[in-house]
Amino acid sequence: MHQQTSETFDRNAREALADVQLRGALRNLATTFGGRRKEAIATVEDWEGLRDRARAAKDETLAHLDKYLEQFVGNAEKAGAQIHWARDGAEACRIVLDLIRARGASRLVKSKSMATEEIHLNAALEAEGLAPVETDLGEWIIQLAHETPSHIVVPAIHKSKRQIAELFAEKVGIEPTDDVAVLTGAARRILRRSFAEAEVGISGVNFGVAETGTILILENEGNARLTTSLPRTHIAVMGIEKVIPKFTDLDVFLKLLPRSGTGQRLTAYQSLITGTKRRPEDEGPEELHLVLMDNGRSRMLSHPVTRQSLACIRCGACLNACPVYQQVGGHAYGSVYPGPIGAVITPQLSGLKQSAQLPYASSLCGACREVCPVKIDIPELLLHLRAEVTEGTAAGTAAQHGPVKSRPLERLAFGLYARAWSSPTLYLWGARVARLLQGAVVRKGRIGKVGGLLAKLAPPLAAWTEWRDAPPLAPRTFREQWREEQKR
Amino acid sequence: MRVSLFITCLIDQLWPSVGSSAVEVLRRAGCEVVFDERQTCCGQPAFNTGYRAEARRLARRFIEIFEEGGADYVVSPSGSCTAMAHHFHELFADDEAWRRRAEALAARTYEFGGFLVNVLKVEDVGASFKGRVTWHDACHGLRDLGLREEPRRLIRGVRGAEFVELANADSCCGFGGTFSVKYPEISVAILDNKIDAIEKAGVRAVVSGDASCLMQIGGRLTRNNSSVKTMHLAELLASRE
Ligand code: SF4
Repeated sequence: MHQQTSETFDRNAREALADVQLRGALRNLATTFGGRRKEAIATVEDWEGLRDRARAAKDETLAHLDKYLEQFVGNAEKAGAQIHWARDGAEACRIVLDLIRARGASRLVKSKSMATEEIHLNAALEAEGLAPVETDLGEWIIQLAHETPSHIVVPAIHKSKRQIAELFAEKVGIEPTDDVAVLTGAARRILRRSFAEAEVGISGVNFGVAETGTILILENEGNARLTTSLPRTHIAVMGIEKVIPKFTDLDVFLKLLPRSGTGQRLTAYQSLITGTKRRPEDEGPEELHLVLMDNGRSRMLSHPVTRQSLACIRCGACLNACPVYQQVGGHAYGSVYPGPIGAVITPQLSGLKQSAQLPYASSLCGACREVCPVKIDIPELLLHLRAEVTEGTAAGTAAQHGPVKSRPLERLAFGLYARAWSSPTLYLWGARVARLLQGAVVRKGRIGKVGGLLAKLAPPLAAWTEWRDAPPLAPRTFREQWREEQKR
Repeated sequence: MRVSLFITCLIDQLWPSVGSSAVEVLRRAGCEVVFDERQTCCGQPAFNTGYRAEARRLARRFIEIFEEGGADYVVSPSGSCTAMAHHFHELFADDEAWRRRAEALAARTYEFGGFLVNVLKVEDVGASFKGRVTWHDACHGLRDLGLREEPRRLIRGVRGAEFVELANADSCCGFGGTFSVKYPEISVAILDNKIDAIEKAGVRAVVSGDASCLMQIGGRLTRNNSSVKTMHLAELLASRE
C-alpha cells in the first residue's frame, strides 16, 4: 500500500472501497452509533436548547479567547500548574521532550488525545529513543499494529475482532482467541505494569475551565485517570480553543458529548484536575504541566466563517453520520482528523495545497451539521474552503504552504457554463447541439457506459456512466412545450 | 395567486414532464402560473464547486428575472435549487444592496411540495396512482429547507397509492453535484445502500423532490435492469390512474 496522505484521497478511497474487511468493520458504524445516539438524546428534555447553549458558550469563548485564556492560565498557575505556550506542533513536541529529559524520565504512559495525535508526538518522542505507551485499549492496539487512528473516538474501528486477535497472538504472545474478555485481560496485565513503572503521564484535555483553572478529561476505561494520577509528572497538551468560561458550562457539554459520540448518557470517567496535589498524603502528581498549543488555531479564529471550526468538541458524531466516512473509513483522509470535521480542519492545519481534495470529499448532504452537538455548519465551511481552493486565496494558508494548484480545465468549464447559462440564446443553442449529438450514444432511451474518444473528451460523462446510466436530453425542453402551450 | 415557476435546467432539459406536471398541479390548486423564458440556472454547480464569481453572475441574473413579473411567489420543483436561492445572500456578503435583494427573493421562494402544504394548505390535489410507492428525502429539501412531513402528507393524499417508508429515507443518495463525478466510486457505494433499501421495499416507484437524486437513483436502477421506476413528486401528484 502506498503512503496515505490527504493529497491522495482519491486513491486512498478507492483502496478503502476495495477492502472487504474494512467495509465489514464499518458496516455497523451508522446503525450502532447512530442508533445509540438517537436513544441517548431522547433522554434529554430540550436537546436543541442544549445545543444552542453549548454553541453560545463556545462562541463567547472564541470571541474573547485571549481574555479566557488569560483567566484560565492565571487560575491554573495559582493551583500549581506550570504553563507552556507552543506556537506549533514542533514546538509543542519540543516542550514535552524537554520536560521529560529534564526529569531524566524514560517510562512514559499516555492516554488518548487528539491534540498529541495532531502533532505526531509519539513519533517525535520515538525519534529521540523514548517509547511512550498508549493506554487506551483502542490506541494501544493501533500502537501495537504501527498504525494511525481511523476515528477520533474509536481509533481502531477499522479493525475486525479477528485481526485484533491475530495481532495479540503475534505481539503479546497469547493463544489466538476471539474472547474479548481474554484479550482485554491480557492488555490490562501489560498496561498495569506500565502504569506502575511510569514516571511521566501524558494526556490531552477535553475542557479547560477559565473560572477555576480546572482541566477535564473524559474517558471510559479508567486509563486516563491512572495516567494523570500515578506518575510523578503529568503533562497535558491542549489546543487553545479548549477553554470554556464557567464551571457550570460543563453541565451542558457533559450532557452533549457522550450522547453525541458514543450514545452514552455519561462517560464512565470524568477526571477534573485543578493543579497539583497540595499535601503529601494527597493523590495525584507533584507536577502538572499544561502545554497550550496554537498550531494554526489563531488563523482559524481570524475569519468569521472558519472560526466555528474551533467550536468542535471532538465527539465523533459527524464521522458516524457521514455517508462518505461510512464508505471509506478514516485512513483515506490521510490525516488524524478524518470525516467531515477532518475535511474542514485538516486543510486549515496542513494547508489547502496538500489537502485540496478534502473539502470536495463530501456530497454536502448536511448529515454532519444535523448531528453536531455544537451546531457547526460543516457544509458551509466546506464550501468556503472550496472557494479558497479555486480562488487560490487561502489567505494565511497560501502564504504558508504555497499556492493551491490551479485547475485550468475545470475553471474553463465553469467559466463557459456561467457565460452560456447567462444567455438564453447560448443556452438554447447549446442544448440543441447537444440534442443532435446525443443520437450517437442514446440506446433504448438511455445513455449507457461511454468509452473511447468520447470518454476522453468528456471525463465527467465517462465517470458517471461507468456505473450509472445517464438520461438523454428530452426531445422537447420544458420551455419549448410552454411556448407552444401559450400559443394555443 | 400568481406563481412564477423556476423550472431548473435539469428538468428543462431532461424531464420536461416534471415541469408540466408542476404547472398542472399548481393550477389545480388554484394558482395562476407564469414562466419567464429567460431563466436558465441558479448557479448551484458553480457555487458548490467553489466558483463564487461564476455563481454570483448567475445569481444576479436569477434575482433580476424573478424580481420582475410581479408574482407573489417563486416556486421550484427542486429542493436543492430552492435552497440555492436561499443561499444567494452568502454570495453578497460585501454588497448590501444585492444582499437585500437576495434575501427578499429568498423569502418568497418555495420548494414545490412545501409550497403546496405550507402556503396553499393543500394536501389532497386529486391525484391517483396504482401501487406501492416510497419516498427518498433529497438532502437539501430535508436539511436546508426542513421539509420532512410535507411530501409524505402529499403522497398519503394520493388515492390508490400505498406509501411505505424506506429504511434509509433520509440518508444521502450519493449524488452531491460534482461529487458524483469527482469521486464516482464513493458516490456509487453510497448509492448502493439506497438502491438496496428501495429494492427491499418492493415498490413500483421511488418518488423524490429533486431531479438530481432521481437521475442518480434512476441511473443505477436502469443499469441494474430493475423494475422500479423513478418519479418526481410533481409527476405523482399530477397522475390520474
Ligand atoms: S464537528 Fe461537531 S459532530 Fe463533528 S466531532 Fe466536532 S463536535 Fe462532534
